[in-house]
Amino acid sequence: MLFDIEINISLKAGMLNPEATQVERSLDLLGYEVKDVKTVEIIKFQMEGEDSQAIRENVVDMCERLLCNPVIHDYEISVVPQEE
Amino acid sequence: MKIGVIRFPGTNCDRDVAQACELAGLKPEYVWWSEEKLTDYDGIVIPGGFSYGDYLRAGAMASITPVIDGIKQMVKEEKPVLGICNGAQILGEIGLVPGIFITNETPKFNCEWVDLKVSTNRTPFTKAFKKSQTIALPIAHAEGRFYTQDIDLLKDQDQIVLQFEGENPNGSMEAITSVCDESGLVCAMMPHPERACEEIFGSDDGLNFFKGFL
Repeated sequence: MLFDIEINISLKAGMLNPEATQVERSLDLLGYEVKDVKTVEIIKFQMEGEDSQAIRENVVDMCERLLCNPVIHDYEISVVPQEE
Repeated sequence: MKIGVIRFPGTNCDRDVAQACELAGLKPEYVWWSEEKLTDYDGIVIPGGFSYGDYLRAGAMASITPVIDGIKQMVKEEKPVLGICNGAQILGEIGLVPGIFITNETPKFNCEWVDLKVSTNRTPFTKAFKKSQTIALPIAHAEGRFYTQDIDLLKDQDQIVLQFEGENPNGSMEAITSVCDESGLVCAMMPHPERACEEIFGSDDGLNFFKGFL
């Protein structure tokens, strides 16, 4: 079965996010008043497998070993089977 | 004294580092990222640059290459390892030194000379300096803001090697810009000692970091 994987990677709560700060300032230059800007990184791919639990365990491993740095990042994983 | 100078796609300070090694009386040899066996070398320098285009995070891709297994083996054999700029980011990503170097407080590429305090001289690379001595080295990075969850532990174990004096140009925690592992033999530093090895460049304070391998 083919699964669609999506990983949302964000900085841990309370961590300084210079990119978000700059986005907020730039939107202000355009006249938009916004607050609490956050940026997240999304990584998408597909995987073949039998069940979503085994796939999820694999993806957690990928996050811990490469895609995220556990010192600064939180991540959310979505595993959705493609419809036949 | 044979020193391995590690090269990844995107490394760009390798030749400067090799030149600095020669000035210090060492024999540098370039080592490609796919090399796993480093037993011939007496020490390792991971030079600066933009390995793998800084994709994901600076140093993330390089941290899972075969040469890293060789470096880990050298650390077990208590041989000295120096990571400069991107090399420091890589050592942080591997976890051979505590903490991580992330996007500067203002996401500007900081390229300037800075004054640094030598916070410990127990590492081979800083042994020629006096503790708390001020030295001058250039920095050149956009991702050099030091962050750790264990700042008290770092202080207790004397793992802070260099701190900015005066202005903190990137917002690093406690102005830290170089740390070492518990042994002191693995050192990660954002400033570029290889760019300050001859008086003609404005300072030769950097040469001592390479003489530290002797």
